[in-house]
Amino acid sequence: MTALPATLEPAEPGLSVAGCAHCGAPVAPGAGRFCCTGCEGAHALIAGLGLEAFYRRRETASGELRPADAPPAIRFATHARPERGGEEHSLDLMVSGLTCGACVWLLEQALAAEPDVLRARAGLSTRRLSITWRGPAERADALAALVARLGFHVVPWSPACLRAVEDAEGQALLRALGIAAFGSMNVMLVSVAVWVGTDMGEGTRSLMHWLAALIALPTVLVAGMPFYRSAWSAIRAGRVNMDFAISLGVLATTAMSLSETLRNGPYTWFDGATALLAVLLAGRVLDRGARRRVRQVCAELLALQSGEVALLTPTGETRTVPVESVRPGDRLLIAAGERLRLDGVLESGEALLDTSASTGESLPRRFAADAPLPAGAVNMGSAFVLRVTAAAKDGSLAAMARLLEQAEQARGRYVSIADRAARLYVPVVHTVAAATFLGWWLGVGVSWQEALVPAVAALIITCPCALAIAVPAVQVVAVGSLFRRGVLVTSPTALERLAACDHAVLDKTGTLTMGRPELLPDPSRPPEALAAAAALAANSRHPLARALARACPVPAAPGVEEIPGQGLRHGAARLGSAAFCGVEAPEESLILWFREGPDAAPVAFRFADRLRPDAAEAVAALHRLGLSTELLSGDGAPAVAEAAQATGIGSWQARVTPEDKAERIRALCAEGKRPLMLGDGINDAAALSLAHASASPAGATDLAQSAADLVLQAEGLSALPAAVATARRAQQAARQNIGFSLAYNVVAVPAAMLGLATPLIAALVMASSSIIVILNALRVSREARP
Amino acid sequence: MTALTLLVPLALGFGLLALLGFVWTLRSGQYEDLDGAASRILFDDLPRKEPRR
Repeated sequence: MTALPATLEPAEPGLSVAGCAHCGAPVAPGAGRFCCTGCEGAHALIAGLGLEAFYRRRETASGELRPADAPPAIRFATHARPERGGEEHSLDLMVSGLTCGACVWLLEQALAAEPDVLRARAGLSTRRLSITWRGPAERADALAALVARLGFHVVPWSPACLRAVEDAEGQALLRALGIAAFGSMNVMLVSVAVWVGTDMGEGTRSLMHWLAALIALPTVLVAGMPFYRSAWSAIRAGRVNMDFAISLGVLATTAMSLSETLRNGPYTWFDGATALLAVLLAGRVLDRGARRRVRQVCAELLALQSGEVALLTPTGETRTVPVESVRPGDRLLIAAGERLRLDGVLESGEALLDTSASTGESLPRRFAADAPLPAGAVNMGSAFVLRVTAAAKDGSLAAMARLLEQAEQARGRYVSIADRAARLYVPVVHTVAAATFLGWWLGVGVSWQEALVPAVAALIITCPCALAIAVPAVQVVAVGSLFRRGVLVTSPTALERLAACDHAVLDKTGTLTMGRPELLPDPSRPPEALAAAAALAANSRHPLARALARACPVPAAPGVEEIPGQGLRHGAARLGSAAFCGVEAPEESLILWFREGPDAAPVAFRFADRLRPDAAEAVAALHRLGLSTELLSGDGAPAVAEAAQATGIGSWQARVTPEDKAERIRALCAEGKRPLMLGDGINDAAALSLAHASASPAGATDLAQSAADLVLQAEGLSALPAAVATARRAQQAARQNIGFSLAYNVVAVPAAMLGLATPLIAALVMASSSIIVILNALRVSREARP
Repeated sequence: MTALTLLVPLALGFGLLALLGFVWTLRSGQYEDLDGAASRILFDDLPRKEPRR
C-alpha cells in the first residue's frame, strides 16, 4: 500500500545484518549474498552488462533498490509514441528510486546496451526517463521490465507529472531575473560614475542620465511584469498586496528619474528601481525552485498510486486499461493485494477486504456476493471479480475529491502574514509619500518636479525590498530544510498555519500504526519454522505472506504452488489457512498456519497492525510543544483504547465515521481551537481539508495526500513535531524580519522626507537591510529541537 | 568624452551578449535537471551508444 520503496523492517532478534549485495538490505546468515531472487537477478543483470561500478558509486539508502516481486502490471506499449513514421518509438517513464547520479548512469548504460535502443536519458531532478528505440511499440513492455528488474519502480509519465515539471511561470521568472540582473548591473555602471564624479560637467552628467534611462526603461518594463500582473489582479479583486507596493514603488521611481533626466537634476534613481527588481526576482525564483521540488515529489507519489485495472472482456480475456475508461457494468479482475479504485459490487463468492483506508477498521472484513464494496479498500484475500457500478468520475472517490477542492478554495482565502503586513504598510507609506510631495510643493514652494524627488525617495527607501523578501526568504529556508528531512510542504501558507496549531487530532489505522500487517514476535515459535515458512511466503503476493517474508528476508523456495484463497504448497509443507493446513482451529483473519508435513506440529504466525515505533515519542514531542492530542478512529473501541494508552493520548473516540471526523474538526474550530489533523485514509480526507493545518504520513492514500498541507515522506511520525518546531521558528523569524524592516523606516523615512537621502544612501540602506533579513532567515535551518 | 563613445557601447555590448547567452541557456532547457547535471560531470566513461545517425 505504500508508494515509497519498502523501507527496512527491524529483523527478528538473532538475525545478523549482513547486507544484500544488490540492495543492501539485511540478509539472514547463511542465506547467501542476496535478500531475494529479485536482487540476485538484478545483480546478475548488472554484472552481465559490466556495470558493477554502480555499486561503488551509488549513495542510495539500503533496501531501496529491491526489485518488485512481479513485473509491473501496466501495459507500457499503449503509452509509446511512434516517431519517424512508426519506424521508431519513444516512451517517457516516471522512475521512482532514482536518487543519485550512479542510478542515472546505471539506467542509461543498461538501456544503451540494448541493441535497438537509440537514446536513453534520465533526469535526476525530474525522475523522467526518455527512451527511443527502433522497432515496434511492443518493445516498451520489455524495456520497462528491464528497468523494473534493476530495482526501480516505473509508471508511465502522466500529465500530472508533466504539470509538476513543466513550469512556464518559473521560466518566465528566471528570464525576468536575467534581464533585471543585466539591467541593474549596467545601470550601476553609469550611476556609480555620477555618484563619484563630483567634477563631472553638466553635459556628461546628462549623457549618463540618458544612458541609464536607456537601459533601465526596457528593464523595468519587461522584468517587472510578474509584479505588475500580480498587482493588477489584486486591484481587480479589490485588495492591495505587497506586489502592488512594489509595482508602484518601481514605476514611481522610474517616472521620477525620467523627469530628473529631462531637467538634468543632480541624481537619477534608475539603479534603485532595477536593483530592487533584481533582488525581489531572485527571492521569487528561489522560492519557486523549492516549491517545484516539492511538487515533483508529490506528483511522483501520486503517479505511483494512479494505476490501471484489469478489465474482463466478454470473451473471458483480461485487458489492462486506465481507470478512467472503465464504465458502469464492466467487470474487473481484482488481484490479491490490489486496491479498489472504483465503486462496485462483488460478483460472486466471497471477498476479504482491508477497509482501513475507507473506514479506519484495522481488521479485514468479509464481504458476500452482491455486497457493495467500498472504493479504496485493499483485497486481502484471493482474486475476485468486481462489477463496476459507477465510472471513476462519478464514483465516491471523485465525489470526495470535489469536496476537497471546495475546502481547498476556502483555505485559499487564508491571509498570510506577508499580506497582512502589506495591508498595513501600503496605505501608510503612500500617505507619507503623498504628504511629502504636498509639503515640499505647496509648503516649501519648490517646483513639482523637485517635490517629486523626496516623495519618491520616501517610497523606495521604506524598504519594500526587505519587507517583500522578509517572508519568502524564511519560507525558502524552512521548506528546503523540511524537504531534506522528508517533509513535503505543499501549500504556501502551510507553515504559518502549522505554527499556530494548538491541538492535534490523530487517526489510528495507518497513521499511528503502520497500516499493514506485521508479524508478531512469539518466543515459543521455533526459529527454523520462520525461515522455512518465509521461503514459501516469498513466492506469494498475499499481504500476510509478504509480511512474513518481510520479517525474515530469505530467498524464495523454488517450485512453490499457490492455491488461491487457501495457501501455498511446497512438497509436503503447507502455509495458509487453518483448514488448508489441516489444523483444528477457528478461522481468523490475521493468522497463517505452517506445517512442514502432515505429521509435523503446526506453527501459527500471528499478525497485527503494529504501532509505528516512534508513535509514542512523536505524541510526547507534540505535548512538549504545547499541543493537546486526541485520537479519532473508525476502528473498534478496544483497539483504539489500546493505541491511545500506548502512545499516551488522553482522549479518544472509536467507531467514528468520516462525517463525524469532519464534524469534530468543525466543532474544534468553532471553539476557537486551531486543530492539526494527521490522517492517512480516505475517511480522513474531509477532516484533513477542514483542519487549520493537516499532515499525512508515508504511505497515505492519494486522496489524503492531496488534502494534506504536509506529506511526511520519511517513515515514522517523528518528522511531525520537528515540522511544527521548524514552522514555529520560521514564523518567529518572519515576524522578526517584518519588525526589523519596519524599524528601519523610523530612521530612513524622515531622512527621505527631509530630502537628505541620495540614491547612494538608498542603495546602501536597501542592500544592508536585505542582507540582514536573509541572514536572519538562514537561522531557521538549524537542527530542530522539538 | 571620446573614450566614452567607445567604452560605453563596448561595455553594454558585452553585457548584452551575456544576456543573450543566458536566454539561450534558458531556452535550451539547461536549468531543467540541475541535480542530474551536477552528477553527470562525474561519469568517467562516455555512453557507449552513438547518437542517432
